Amino acid sequence: MVLSPGTKAPDFRLKKSPDQTLSLSELRGHPVVLVFYPADWSPVCGDELALFNEVLPEFARYGAQLVGISVDGVWCHKAYAKSRNLDFPLLADFEPKGEVSRKYGAYRPQDGFSERALFVLDAGGVIRWSYLSEVGTNPGADGVLAALEEGAAQKV
Amino acid sequence: MSHLAPPLGPRDHTQGPPGARVTLVEYGDFECPHCGAAYPVVKAIQRAMGSKLLFAYRHFPLTRVHPHAEHAAEMAEAAGERGKFWGMHDLLFEHQDALEDDQLIAYAKTLGIDPAWAAQALTEGRYEPRVRADFASGVRSGVNGTPTFFINGLRYEGGADTLLDALMEATIDAPLKSGG
Repeated sequence: MVLSPGTKAPDFRLKKSPDQTLSLSELRGHPVVLVFYPADWSPVCGDELALFNEVLPEFARYGAQLVGISVDGVWCHKAYAKSRNLDFPLLADFEPKGEVSRKYGAYRPQDGFSERALFVLDAGGVIRWSYLSEVGTNPGADGVLAALEEGAAQKV
Repeated sequence: MSHLAPPLGPRDHTQGPPGARVTLVEYGDFECPHCGAAYPVVKAIQRAMGSKLLFAYRHFPLTRVHPHAEHAAEMAEAAGERGKFWGMHDLLFEHQDALEDDQLIAYAKTLGIDPAWAAQALTEGRYEPRVRADFASGVRSGVNGTPTFFINGLRYEGGADTLLDALMEATIDAPLKSGG
């Protein structure tokens, strides 16, 4: 089961490039969208991340930061992000493998990769919405946008 | 199940009678090969279903993977301003590997549109807001890739190869519309 709304999002620090790390706490103060996905290069993921990449301006309207997470290593992420022109960070849940994905209930031990799961965190780092997709199904971005919109409405 | 939002309206580009029993809406990208593959399928379906079908096209360009898709969509809108949306739509899908700006302008000329006016529209980004609005509506409607089809306002989950069957089924299920 993926972590439910109302849960404090577990903090983490993962590599976002060969020489840089990103921790969740650094993103405090803004809504955060966490996109767990099975693997770089696999076709559905490509569609999912390409879609989220296109929707970045919509996420930006809510001040939200988008982060992708899979068990692929930093060099793989780097090549993949470059080939798809991705404009958001991909984090490597690589060592210990899948540790962060497991904390979010978004790991598939039988396959050895992350689930296709989405989390929307508020500015205080609390999960406001989560969704577990079929591993082969691109979930789309409508649920994330609705959650961000709801969060923004509650603040007013 | 995802619903089309907003529903079909006067700003949509449509083919077929407004009171048709079945509506088919495509969110597409002129540079997307899957949309290119679906193009002749949709044409064949339109021929087969005739006046039973109202078809509409909305833009969903994935601009970071398809660098020509945005301008192609804007050129279709420009052509639409001159009453030539569908002519441009067809030309673009029939020339998916030739979508540079000068080629888009040449297609406009082919359709009898002043090429200088068409070029100006692209440079100014005159139809960019319209394309963005289509894209945003697609995201809200649960479009997760291209092409995505909606039959009578509900997202169709299958592939283009079974689209006709799904539409025929919808024709049987659809209640008869009485005067709109």
